[in-house]
Order: sequence, then C-alpha cells, then structure tokens
Amino acid sequence: MGLSSRHLLGLEGVPAKDITLILDTAENLKSILDRPIPKVPTLRGITVVNLFFENSTRTRISFELAEKRLSADTINFSAAGSSVKKGETLKDTVRNIEAMKIDMIVVRHSAAGVPYFLTQCTDAVIINAGDGRHEHPTQALLDMMTLREKWGTLKGKKVAIIGDIRHSRVAGSNIRGLKTMGAEVMVCGPRTLIPPGIKEFGVEVTYRLDEAIEWADALNVLRIQLERQEKGLFPSIREYHNEYGITRERIARAKKELIIMHPGPINRGVELDADVADSEASIILDQVTNGVAVRMAVLVLLSGFDNSQESLR
Amino acid sequence: MSDNLLRADLILLHGGEVFDPNGGEPMRADMVIRNGKIDQIGSVDPQSFNGKVYEISGCWITPGLFDMHVHLREPGREDEETIESGCSAAAAGGFTGIACMPNTSPPCDSQEVVRFIKKKAQDQPTEVYPIAALTKGRQGKEITEMADLVRAGAVAFSDDGSPVADTSVMRNAMDYAFMFDVPIIDHCEDPFLAQGGHMNEGLISTRLGLPGIPNAAEAVQIARDILLCRLTGAKVHIAHLSTQEGVELVRRAKEAGLPVTAEVTPHHLFFTDADLATFDTNLKMNPPLRTSEDVAALEQGLREGVIDAFASDHAPHSLEEKDVEFDAAPFGIIGLETMLGVVFKQIVGRGVLTAAQALQKMIISPRKILGLPIPKLSEGQPAELTIFHPTALWTFDKTLSRSRSRNTPYHGMEFPAKVWGIINKGMVWTA
Repeated sequence: MGLSSRHLLGLEGVPAKDITLILDTAENLKSILDRPIPKVPTLRGITVVNLFFENSTRTRISFELAEKRLSADTINFSAAGSSVKKGETLKDTVRNIEAMKIDMIVVRHSAAGVPYFLTQCTDAVIINAGDGRHEHPTQALLDMMTLREKWGTLKGKKVAIIGDIRHSRVAGSNIRGLKTMGAEVMVCGPRTLIPPGIKEFGVEVTYRLDEAIEWADALNVLRIQLERQEKGLFPSIREYHNEYGITRERIARAKKELIIMHPGPINRGVELDADVADSEASIILDQVTNGVAVRMAVLVLLSGFDNSQESLR
Repeated sequence: MSDNLLRADLILLHGGEVFDPNGGEPMRADMVIRNGKIDQIGSVDPQSFNGKVYEISGCWITPGLFDMHVHLREPGREDEETIESGCSAAAAGGFTGIACMPNTSPPCDSQEVVRFIKKKAQDQPTEVYPIAALTKGRQGKEITEMADLVRAGAVAFSDDGSPVADTSVMRNAMDYAFMFDVPIIDHCEDPFLAQGGHMNEGLISTRLGLPGIPNAAEAVQIARDILLCRLTGAKVHIAHLSTQEGVELVRRAKEAGLPVTAEVTPHHLFFTDADLATFDTNLKMNPPLRTSEDVAALEQGLREGVIDAFASDHAPHSLEEKDVEFDAAPFGIIGLETMLGVVFKQIVGRGVLTAAQALQKMIISPRKILGLPIPKLSEGQPAELTIFHPTALWTFDKTLSRSRSRNTPYHGMEFPAKVWGIINKGMVWTA
C-alpha cells in the first residue's frame, strides 16, 4: 500500500488513509531514532536535494536528519529571496539540479505554489517544506502525529490555532489535515490576521482568546512576526500579548488539561509565556522529535519503498 | 507587404451577409470595393467581375472592430511586442482600429512618442490611435502637456497600470483634459489596498495562500473618479471593470447623467479566481479574476448598457517572464486574437447579448468614447470592414499567434466567430 500521490505538495485533498499511513509509518520509524546507531539503509542510492530559497533552520535540519537516518545522499542548496532576482529562473535552477540525476526535491520558498510549479519543471518527487503562506504539510503531519500520540485519535478532538492565521502556512496545512482526520478546528486572532473566507474551510472563528481556551483540547500557538506590526496589522507587541498571549493564568482559568503546541521558534513573552512553553502541558519538544520521524515516513513512502518490507525495521 | 496583405484596388466580396449592428439583421449581399471605398452593395455576378473575387459564403461583413485597450510595448520592449507584430495580431483578431496604452519605455508622454507610434503604424492595415500618459513619466505627480499631445494625435489620457493615487493630481488632470474633450481612462485601483496582492482576495486566495486584492481596491477609486467627474465635468472611462461594486457605481453615475463610461475584458467574463487552482501565471492579471458573483454582475452590466465596450487589455509578456513562480510573474495576457471568439462563445453563445449588441460594443461604443468616426456600410464610404464567420468553429493555437508573446490561457480552446480578414486603408488582410 502506498500514497495516492507521487508528491507531497500540501494536505489539500489528501485522503485520510494517506495521512493515517504517513502517521503509522512515522510511528514505526521513530524507534530508529533511539537506537545506538540511528541509521537504516532504506533510501541508499536515493539522492535528495534540499532546496531552500527561504531561511529555515529547524525544518532544514529536520529534513536533513531524516534523510541521513535513512541513508539517502543529500545535497543542500540555500538561496535567500527569489531566484529571478539573481538572474536565473527557478525553472532553470531546478532543471540544472535535476540534470545532475537526483530523485527527490524538498523545497521551501516564499512564493505560494512553487512546489506545484516544480512538478511541471522536473520529474523528481517534490516535497513541500513550506511555500509562502500556502501550506507546510510536514509540519501539520508532525503536529497531528504528536496529538495522536497523546490522545490515540484525532477524531472529535478540538484544536484551536492561535495567532497570525492569515500569513501562516502552518495553519493552512493544520486546518486541512485536522479536518480530514475528523478533528474540530477553531482559529483565533485579531481580525487583521484572520484571512477572508476561512469559515468556508469548516472552522470556527473567534477574536477572543478566552473563548478559544474554553473550547479547545489543544492550543497550537503560532509565532507572531514582528514585521506585522510595522504593517499596521496590530498596534503593539504589548497589546498583542495582552489580548492573545498564552499565560499560565489564562490557562488556569480553563480548569482542564490543555495541550500547548508551537511550531517554533517561540517568541517567549509574546505569543507564549516562558513558563507555559516549559510546562507539563507543552508538547513542543515532542513535536520537534516527531518532525524527524514524519519526514522520514514521507521520504520513505514517496521514494516508492514498500514499507511492508522487514528491512525498514 | 506580407503574404496576407493585398491592395484593395478592385475586389468583390461574394456570398456574404452585410451586418450593420445598428441596423438590424444580417442581409445577404455582395460588396464591390474600388480603391479602398465601398463601390457597390447588392447582387454581383462573380463570373463577369473584372477584379479579384473573394468567396466568403456564410461570413458577415461588419464595420471594422475596434479595441480601445492594447499594449504594444514599442518603444522599449520590442522583445514582447512591436507595433508591427501587435498590428498583425489585431488584424488576425479582426480589428481595423486599436488604441494603445502609454506604458512603453520611454512612456508615451511627449508628442515625439505619439508621432513615432503613428509613423510606425502607418503602413499597417489596422489603424493605431495612441493614448498618451496622464502624468509625466506616468509618475502620478505632474500632468502632461495635453494640448501638444492631442495635437500630435493622442485620443485619450491614461496612466494605465499605474493608478494615480493623488486625488488632487487627478482632479487637475480632469479639469485640464476637459478643455480638449478627450476622455481620461483610469485603471481604478487603490494602490494602498492592493499593495502586494497577486489575485482576488477571498476564499480562493486563502486556499492558495496568495496575497489578495479586495474588490474594494477597485471600487473606492471608481467612486473617487465619479465624484471628480461630477466636480470637473470631464469624460471618465473606467478601464477593465471587474467587480460587482464597480458595476453598481458606474450604473449610479450613468443614472445621474455623468459622462462616465466603462469597458470589460473577455477574460474577466470567461474565468474566475477558482480557475487559479494550479497557480497558472497565464491567469494572473490586474485587475485580478474575480468570483462568479462578479461575473454575473458584469453580465448584468452588459445587458443594461452600464458597460459600454469590450476591450482586450492585450498585454504581451515574454515567455521567461511568465514561466516563473506565481509571485514573480507579471500581470496580463495577450487577447487581440481571442476577443471576438471569447465574446461570441461566452456572451452571445450564452444569450447575455445578441450578436448585434455585442458587436456594437466592439465597433461603435469604443469609437464613440474616443470621439473617433464610426465606419459606415454604405456606397461611397471608405471600406473599413471586418469579415468573419459567426458560427464556424476554430481552435486557438498560441504557437501560431501573430503576437510576439504567448501568454494566454486560451491555448487549445475552441471558439466560434472565425475571422476571415479585414479590409482597411485600401488593403485586404486575410487570415
């Protein structure tokens, strides 16, 4: 059994059975990370290019580790900004890389739709590592994996995503994935950071954090980009923290066991107080560990490797 | 002269139907053209005719089509389009006249550039009417030397593509243009609201993660222009109307008797933002493709006469500029060769307008708006004609386009209204 699609461009339209297969495979692979020699030969002979046009530390390292744990050959390509500005088109860049005989491309780009565009320029398998404000599917998959570990299921569970929904690819993929898996989703943030038409994704919308906290079983708190204030989308960091910052007092008022998530890196004291980030309710570091496992699963499944084979273990 | 072009010294168009969109139904008649003028309309025996005979059975002969919103790119970006290649595309689309926008390099803000364009186009079968820049360098700060520009041949003023943000500059431009009785054509878009946007703002932009341009960006500037029109009395033409709010504002201005007119492009009637699902940069235009509700409002605006004209907004871009990630691609598509077909398929074919009504918006209205003479189908008049088969189907193949550019979403699509050719300026151009 494999995935329905050759690529992972986003979670839009990805069926529940595919998501389940990725999460199950990731759970299997996770044990590899705890071995004395955390490496298997599964992707030996497969060459993966990590094509990062936008700054990223954790996603790039997470993918690179996943590739190395699976014995793939990896190449890293980093270039900030648009390739066009450098004089070479993205298409030419990718075709040149493909001509060096590669199998898979992990791509991060500031422009939405770039992973889709690349499927038309190359025969390599494309994995989206974040495109503009569109999707970041592996982040959503690792979020779902971490929640499923905690709850056993996602069905019927309530997840509130807090913060800058408008510019967030993490929210974009989480909403799609969680809805497909039967969870309920609420988004919460100032109205300037809530995108138009979001209700038609089948999510609840609130501008009041306390309402979201009362409703939710888990809070996925997004990083707030300080540049949004410069664009006038909220008046000050101080006011943002007052209205939407997750504090211990606010959570205590909920009188229930809430799970706290964050895709990182955290602005401590802005969207999330330090003591909440480091509290027992926080599963932030589990997310990071699971990120490697989920990315290993995606790489294995899209490489065409038959995951029922024993050699995986 | 190209292979498609011959002198119209003495020719007979045999077997066609003469169709004056102001005068009712198409009527079976042959037409003799002598030295570029309509010599005879009636029944002519081709066997005993002394000149060249063209058999055009099933085709309509109409006054020449006119496209009032074209980008020719010359001077400055001859790799995208030249005046010659743009005129060839216009002829292939059935146009005997086009008006070209001033966003060239240098911009058309001096009489030298106006004269250059007219001179370059003088041997083409399609007549070219330059639209001059509204402000010097299209910077939106100082108005151009309008008297000079009109004298050189400019038929309207516009900073198309660079909306004038400063309301007092726009007011001065309107006050000044009023003296010459030429329209100001405005690309209505509040640059602050639209800043950074790549497509229509709404559910689809959220789904695709692309920054959006809200309908209000168009509507607030239309509202401003209408208020300035009321203040100054100048003629104001709204370019490429795309929103339901815009249609409503123009409707109210017309009801108030203000000299406000509007155009719509075929692509804003044919596509919606939902078509962007594959991030196709050939669907990236400005104003952006809107929703089906906006398309319905545009259709209603056409029916009621709120929208006066069709215009292609022919915007050639090079292949390498469009074959990039969506964010990096420029706005716009070519459209001269597909306008008639798209209008007949989408608007006439679906019963939004009759053929006569649709043709009025491609023949009479644009010329009226620009104050140009309207070609007549009567003996003794200059032959300025478009000949096309209203029902014959054809498939648009971008690789065969006469434009230098290939940025079109219509490749491979089938349309009615196959162009046979045009006759103008004593020349016959056949497809």
